[in-house]
Amino acid sequence: MLANMWVLPALMVAAFVIILFFGKKLPQGGWWVGQLAITACFVLSIVGGMQWQNTPRVAVVQHSVEGVVAGEGASAEGVTADTPAEGEVTAEARAVVGNKIAVARGYSIAAAEEEGPAMLRAPVRNITTWFTDGNVNVTVGTHVDGFALAMLFVVCFISFCVHVFSREYLRGDIRFTHYYASLALFTGAMLWMVQSATTLGLLFGWEMMGLCSFLLIGHWWEDQNNTNAALKAFFTTRTGDIGLLIGIIILFFASGQTFDIAKTNELALNGGISQSTLLLAAVCLFCGVVGKSAQFPLHTWLPDAMAGPTPASSLIHAATMVVAGVYLVGRMYGVFFKGFSIAAGGMNLGAWVGSITLVMAALLAFVQTDIKKVLAYSTVSQLGYMIMGLSVGSWAGALFHLFTHAFFKALLFQGAGSIAHSGSHHSFEMDRMGGLRKIMPWTFGTFTVGYLALCGLPPFSGFFSKDEILSHAKYNGFGFAFAAGSVGAFLTACYMTRVMYLTFFGENRLHLHLDEHDAHGHDAHAVAAGNDAHALGPHAPVHAVPAVALDDHAIQGVQGLQAVHGVAHVIDVAHDTEHEDHDSHEGPHESNWWILGPLVLLAIPAFMVGIAQWPFGGIPKFAFEHFTEDVVFEETILKTKPAFGAAKNMLVPFHWDVAIPSIGLALAGIAVSLAYYLGAKGNLGLVRRFAPARWIHNLLKNKYYLDHLWTEVIVGSIKGPIAATAYWINQNVLDGVVNTAGKGATAIGRFTYEVIDQKVVDGVVNGSGSIARESGGVLRLLQTGKVQNYAAVLLGFVGLIGLGLALFI
Amino acid sequence: MMLNQFLILSAFLFCTGAYGVLARKNAVLVLMSIELMINAVNMNLIAFSLRNDNVAGQVFALFAIAVAAAEVGVGLAIVLLIYRNRRNIDISDIAEMKG
Repeated sequence: MLANMWVLPALMVAAFVIILFFGKKLPQGGWWVGQLAITACFVLSIVGGMQWQNTPRVAVVQHSVEGVVAGEGASAEGVTADTPAEGEVTAEARAVVGNKIAVARGYSIAAAEEEGPAMLRAPVRNITTWFTDGNVNVTVGTHVDGFALAMLFVVCFISFCVHVFSREYLRGDIRFTHYYASLALFTGAMLWMVQSATTLGLLFGWEMMGLCSFLLIGHWWEDQNNTNAALKAFFTTRTGDIGLLIGIIILFFASGQTFDIAKTNELALNGGISQSTLLLAAVCLFCGVVGKSAQFPLHTWLPDAMAGPTPASSLIHAATMVVAGVYLVGRMYGVFFKGFSIAAGGMNLGAWVGSITLVMAALLAFVQTDIKKVLAYSTVSQLGYMIMGLSVGSWAGALFHLFTHAFFKALLFQGAGSIAHSGSHHSFEMDRMGGLRKIMPWTFGTFTVGYLALCGLPPFSGFFSKDEILSHAKYNGFGFAFAAGSVGAFLTACYMTRVMYLTFFGENRLHLHLDEHDAHGHDAHAVAAGNDAHALGPHAPVHAVPAVALDDHAIQGVQGLQAVHGVAHVIDVAHDTEHEDHDSHEGPHESNWWILGPLVLLAIPAFMVGIAQWPFGGIPKFAFEHFTEDVVFEETILKTKPAFGAAKNMLVPFHWDVAIPSIGLALAGIAVSLAYYLGAKGNLGLVRRFAPARWIHNLLKNKYYLDHLWTEVIVGSIKGPIAATAYWINQNVLDGVVNTAGKGATAIGRFTYEVIDQKVVDGVVNGSGSIARESGGVLRLLQTGKVQNYAAVLLGFVGLIGLGLALFI
Repeated sequence: MMLNQFLILSAFLFCTGAYGVLARKNAVLVLMSIELMINAVNMNLIAFSLRNDNVAGQVFALFAIAVAAAEVGVGLAIVLLIYRNRRNIDISDIAEMKG
């Protein structure tokens, strides 16, 4: 099976052809063809992963046995690749067979020095000649190793969920059938790209994805905005692809006229290609990555790409398209590792771009009101993490982040889709949401899992991958990248809390837009209540730590409410809202199981896939490291720098001094964000019914009474001046800090968005577009349609050529 | 061997043909001008063939004549059709290729 993983993309392409040509005649628009194909691929990818687990490990030795196995290679290949579970074969025999395979496949292995041979699995390669031109033999084929298998699994899993989700989400859509055709081709292209053994094959899949993203983003092309977004995505990535193409050509000649990725990596790592060539090639390839993975200067297409249907966005952001860039860096890591001199420490191009992207995009996420756009910027930010991680030498860490991010980001997007589908009248504006926690409990629960994973709180998956990247950044000597990563962690927690709050908590605001008059009345009420709450007496002395202050603040608000209006009032309002929902013809409701099923399915790995890289030992068989080990990298990269040697199994030792601050930052982000929205923001009309605050209030009731006692009895005697001062400090200093931090982040975000993002970066992109259009306008004048004008131009140029020949030859 | 005279004649023919193609309105005349250009080229081929004592040039010229015959057949058919549709073969009126 491992030698024949090309079956997966072939299946998807077959599904594409069937749906495209016969879909409309098939029952239900032929969506089930795609569903069947992706289900088969999913099963096959799991089978592949299991076979990889059972593939014997090979002792890494110098290939001196080459002559012996010349004839046996093929048969040996058949034995291990197809029937790995033969019970009788002893471990020794297997190792021998495996060894022969490794050599027979021409996979030369770097010499293991004094420390003895490492035991690793050789990638399974299946290569055929595509065409021969002169001496150049252009090959195409598959290169299946653990990394590719892990990606195959992710892509199949996400795509499977997307297929299910879309069935309900796009039910009754005018281009339902074409949508499923594009989806199938998209998945097929990615499945092909991740296992391609040559850069040419990789480029093929890469460009196919560009096409499919264009089709999917412009799915509703009747709206001019969507068409523009699709074109923007296509052209922006194409801009980067120029670099990619040049890089591939450079590497083709540099590595002796071969497109083989493994060969290129090996040559790059053992010095077969000069440093300057590698640098040039790496920079060129990186241009392609910047375009595809939406890194700093070319990131603008990704938020616009939200014009596409939500499940397609989910696929683009989690499993295909933007992931391709990161995958390329991971796959051609030898080139980047040497080209960017990663082993030397110090910031390199990739680390700069990644760091800038991750902070900038996180800031941009603050000012978006569209939930999908927040998630889009969050993707840009997380991709920045991955690029930064790869560029600081955290190969396995960054790819693990790719792995975990796929699950929780797909989950978040589909959660947003579920909300729009059932909760907010197909709008993604967050001011039409709010309070959906009770109305959509399943969506809320799964979204929360994705939220916690994205914030990087243990034990959710995002924590483990983020932590690995940060550890590497710190211990490989990339101070700036580490700082950027930490700031990014803080900001991520901030803006995601904002999304959670505006979407699921507080009061539902959908009716505010349906019935403006009623809305105003309610809002005024809320403001009054909020103000009342704040006017209540000082509980100053307890506000020693800012975090505590925030919590107390919330309690204060609720308590004030209860004191002023009585508990009954809160319940009253709740009834009110329900009533209104019944009145409006289609109130928010929970989605059905076509949508919730994928959400639940995705929530499971988003929660627990982190244990695949459990840092404390254990979990041996399916650990992610088994999937990311690779002979070339193990042997060459690890020898390059002692600091990397610590990561013997590509697994960084767990550093508490990195993990604890990162958890702390994430929590601080959540706290600041909550404080900002719960604090003096009564005008949102949310503060009075914030249930977690009540919950915290109940939980901390004992403390509250203690506090009361303390205030009344002990401090009561010396109340006056000290309490007043403390209260003043609380209101002006602590709150000031919190509010300033929040406002500052918002202001920076808005500035970045409005000036840098929209004007400078967009200006450049649009400028190149308008130059193309202007020059087209001039050339258009030549198209008179008169045959004699054409003949005149033709003759004129022939004359010029003749003149040139006469003068210069 | 008076190569120059052949070349000058052929250049004159070619220029006449080019002028006709670019300037005349009548489609039949344009076709005739194209023939002139083709024959100018043929003359060049034969002249050089004689000078280099190589028969390949003359074979080429024969090919060119055969192709020209086919081309005129197609061209006249087009002109006929245009005439049937428009009662007029003024090619400066025709801008169907404008796209």
